[in-house]
Amino acid sequence: MSTEPTSGAAPVDALVVNGVSHNFGEKKVLDNVSLSVARGAFTVLLGLNGAGKSTLFALVTRLYDNVSGEILILGNDVRRRPTAALQRLGVVFQSKTLDSDLTLTQNLLYHSALHGIRKDEAKRRSQQALETVGLADRGGEKVRNLSGGQARRVEIARSLLHRPALMLLDEATVGLDIGSRESVIGIVRGLVAREGLGVLWATHLIDEIAPGDRVVVLHKGKVLFAGDVPGLLAAAKATNARESFRILTGTNVTAEAA
Amino acid sequence: MNMEAAISVHPIADIVPPRHGLGGYIACFKGIVWREVLRFLHQRERFFSALVRPLIWLFIFAAGFRQVLGVSIIPPYVTYVLYETFITPGLIGMILLFNAMQSSLSMVYDRETGAMRTLLVSPFPRSFLLISKLIGGVAVAVLQAYVFLAIAYFWEIQPPWEGYFAVLPALVLTGLMLGALALLMSSLIKQLENFAGVMNFVIFPMFFASTALYPLWRIKEGSPLLYEIARLNPFTHAVELIRFALYGQIGRTLEVGEELYPGGPLSEPGFSTDGLYIPLQSGQLLDITHLAVVVGCTVLFLAAAIYAYNPSKGLIARRGGPAGGAS
Repeated sequence: MSTEPTSGAAPVDALVVNGVSHNFGEKKVLDNVSLSVARGAFTVLLGLNGAGKSTLFALVTRLYDNVSGEILILGNDVRRRPTAALQRLGVVFQSKTLDSDLTLTQNLLYHSALHGIRKDEAKRRSQQALETVGLADRGGEKVRNLSGGQARRVEIARSLLHRPALMLLDEATVGLDIGSRESVIGIVRGLVAREGLGVLWATHLIDEIAPGDRVVVLHKGKVLFAGDVPGLLAAAKATNARESFRILTGTNVTAEAA
Repeated sequence: MNMEAAISVHPIADIVPPRHGLGGYIACFKGIVWREVLRFLHQRERFFSALVRPLIWLFIFAAGFRQVLGVSIIPPYVTYVLYETFITPGLIGMILLFNAMQSSLSMVYDRETGAMRTLLVSPFPRSFLLISKLIGGVAVAVLQAYVFLAIAYFWEIQPPWEGYFAVLPALVLTGLMLGALALLMSSLIKQLENFAGVMNFVIFPMFFASTALYPLWRIKEGSPLLYEIARLNPFTHAVELIRFALYGQIGRTLEVGEELYPGGPLSEPGFSTDGLYIPLQSGQLLDITHLAVVVGCTVLFLAAAIYAYNPSKGLIARRGGPAGGAS
């Protein structure tokens, strides 16, 4: 624990990605990608489908290793210190990952176990996490009975069980209606503000950017911009985020953004 | 309660999680096995369909073949046995085989839906996670095998009572071997659609080219080539291991003049040149080929599966990324 470089005067970024490239065969999916997510910052990773967002997530979650560059979660290299790195990471994947035959609580207990949390403690944390996402009274129900937005909230609850400092969410609002979308984003923004989590929010929906967010524009495997919203507008000499994205990427995004 | 008070004061992001001790590993292992069992219990149809398959073979196929296929007295049996009795170990092998392949199917499915990724994002070593998942699947399969044995008891398949205990390690070992093979296969199959083909190319050949349905000497009479294939088939050894264990033996006791597994007949009592026989005090040899082959294959398949799921060397990384999310 003493080796964990989290305390001290200079706060370590929740996530640092430095010069990461990745190929699938001949195809270059990520090209020298660098970005960082500070603690207590909501960072939007903006990119169209196929921009390389999911590949980046696969590397950060260590589904497979990054061959070039480095990925640090709270200063812990994902390759060299995977245990320390993954202990501080919470993930909500794009596809649904809950067991629909099991209850909400059973799902949460299973994931507590995956992080080595013992049963009594796991029960307490599961209840707490359900309260955080507003589903405290639904713990005994099967996941099958939940709506898409509720299931997403359970996945957020699940990613909080081991108390991460960094949270990755991959297209977390895909397929949700407007009300559910707002509720999901609201919960995550609340966690950033209250709990100091660093969040990397991957999306192709430009509407989801708020004025105070950090923005990373990923296009065809390259980072075209990383900074705050005024910086994004200035870089593209545009008046709004949508126009900035269009100018930076040279694409017409009207069809992509809901 | 103190814990909760502490959390409300300090943001979650500032809490440094403790290092995982042995207790953490145990909690993780229990959680994974518990989930497999729970999932199985929640899917009753799966339980019944898994049980109906071997019972159809036992009640119908074996009854029909009873008159066609005579089985002489071969170890471990000490009298003539009915065909039903003979194929029971093979049908238990079938339960384990189908369970393993089904869990492999669920792993491919899990990979497509992302449930496998939530497992792999756990901070515990990946080999530990995969072995835990494997053992969870084996627990479910062994449960089914015992239910089958209980039903078979009323069909007058009644091995000695010690056999019910002695068979447990054999079931676990066989389950691990087949599960490890399935795990390896799940890493090789990129998409669910390919699975039907694998069933045809793995399950059926493995089952039919083995001693599950007919003894080796019968196969030899029919086709010397098939005999050689069956002898090399790990599933044959798994079935024989179960068969001998069910009758309270781990292997065949060899007499002078009897054929040794790899080579010719045994010429001297209590002595052989390779390591697959244990000398007995009475001047006999105990043939432990089946046990050795099953243990060896388990280690081999498991090592290959762990390699395939290794983040830096593994096949997933080379195959164009995760199903269910690569762009």
